[in-house]
Amino acid sequence: MKTPNNEKNSISSQASKVPLSEEFREAYTLHLADTTLILAQRNSEWCAHGPILEQDIAITNISLDLLGQSRNFYQYAASLINNATEDSLAYLRTEREFKNLLLTELPNGDWAQTVLRQFLFSVYQSLVYEQLQKSSDEQLAAIAQKSLKEITYHIKWSSEWVIRLGDGTTESNARMKKAIEAIWEYTGELFIPSGYEIELAATGIGTDPALLKQSWLQKVREVFDEATLAMPSDRFMQTGGKQGTHTEHLGYILAEMQSLQRTYPGAAW
Amino acid sequence: MQALLNSKEQKIRQILETVCDPEIPVLTISDLGILRDIKINDEEIEVIITPTYSGCPAMDAITMDIRMKLIEHGYKNVRITSLLSPAWTTDWMSEAGKQKLEVYGIAPPKLSGHLNGQTTLPACPQCHSNNTKLLSQFGSTACKALYQCNDCKEPFDHFKCH
Repeated sequence: MKTPNNEKNSISSQASKVPLSEEFREAYTLHLADTTLILAQRNSEWCAHGPILEQDIAITNISLDLLGQSRNFYQYAASLINNATEDSLAYLRTEREFKNLLLTELPNGDWAQTVLRQFLFSVYQSLVYEQLQKSSDEQLAAIAQKSLKEITYHIKWSSEWVIRLGDGTTESNARMKKAIEAIWEYTGELFIPSGYEIELAATGIGTDPALLKQSWLQKVREVFDEATLAMPSDRFMQTGGKQGTHTEHLGYILAEMQSLQRTYPGAAW
Repeated sequence: MQALLNSKEQKIRQILETVCDPEIPVLTISDLGILRDIKINDEEIEVIITPTYSGCPAMDAITMDIRMKLIEHGYKNVRITSLLSPAWTTDWMSEAGKQKLEVYGIAPPKLSGHLNGQTTLPACPQCHSNNTKLLSQFGSTACKALYQCNDCKEPFDHFKCH
């Protein structure tokens, strides 16, 4: 595998040489790749810490699916960007270059917060990918189509957990309510399109997430109803992830995830 | 020329018949339905495969195994292409493969129409009872779920519909 000698040369400065429309495609592909990678990395923190063995295996399986999806996106992005490889894109970009959703970088919290985040994200992801599989970009369409089957299982598993905890004991219900309070303000960003999403939606490559909000709310409401949880009230929403402005948590994730490649460039095993 | 190519393709198919899934060694890659095509020209053999799950680590091992087996038989110029679309489905698994799975102790997948709708429970591969229950949607590998038989009490893997 090729590893670029210098990150700046390989990734950032190339952007100015490609047409603007290609820049949007690159940014969007990286947004999709970063989002799935960071959630995979977060979920994998549960490995050997899950509440019981079967659920430990479940969350790490979901993590593996997300990692596989992100690799498909990174491999495609690497084919679009000069001198990039899937590894250089994952391991050698900085915080401000990552375009993942803020929701995915939040700490796991307790099990309630982790399964709630997975549920909110998986429903969103399925709605986006259902549109994306009709993309005029064949590779993005293929990755979306492939991933959707996996996401179906993620929604099923995570929604069952939201219902089990929400409609469970006093303690589990309180935990789920606390989880909603903790992460709801990071869901607004999902439906506010970035510049590249607007551009690509107009050209049939991407999709405008604003159009998916009602379907998302409806699915979330169905599950919350069954879980005896109230839909949260309107509130201030955090934004910035799609443009590379992150919470303080992302830097720590990257530090852990990238330290080996940055300390021993090109290391392989 | 065409006859020559056909016999070469048959030989290559026979070699690829010996490439198995490292995690479920009773299944060959053609049983699994991940061997999509073989393209042969004078200089190169292209083997086209499709991944099962996006993150399945067996795919790297399978790619390596295909290459090694072909090199062993003197085919040095091998290209392995991974094709994502159309997306792999367990419907492509051969009947022989499904039978081998069951004998191996893994309940085979039903048709993928079951993916979204009401699922029927898989029969126990040990005692063939239909009285089984789901323990976990996720099992020891990405492609499996964990069930238990209510009659013989044996837990078992089910190769998930996909």
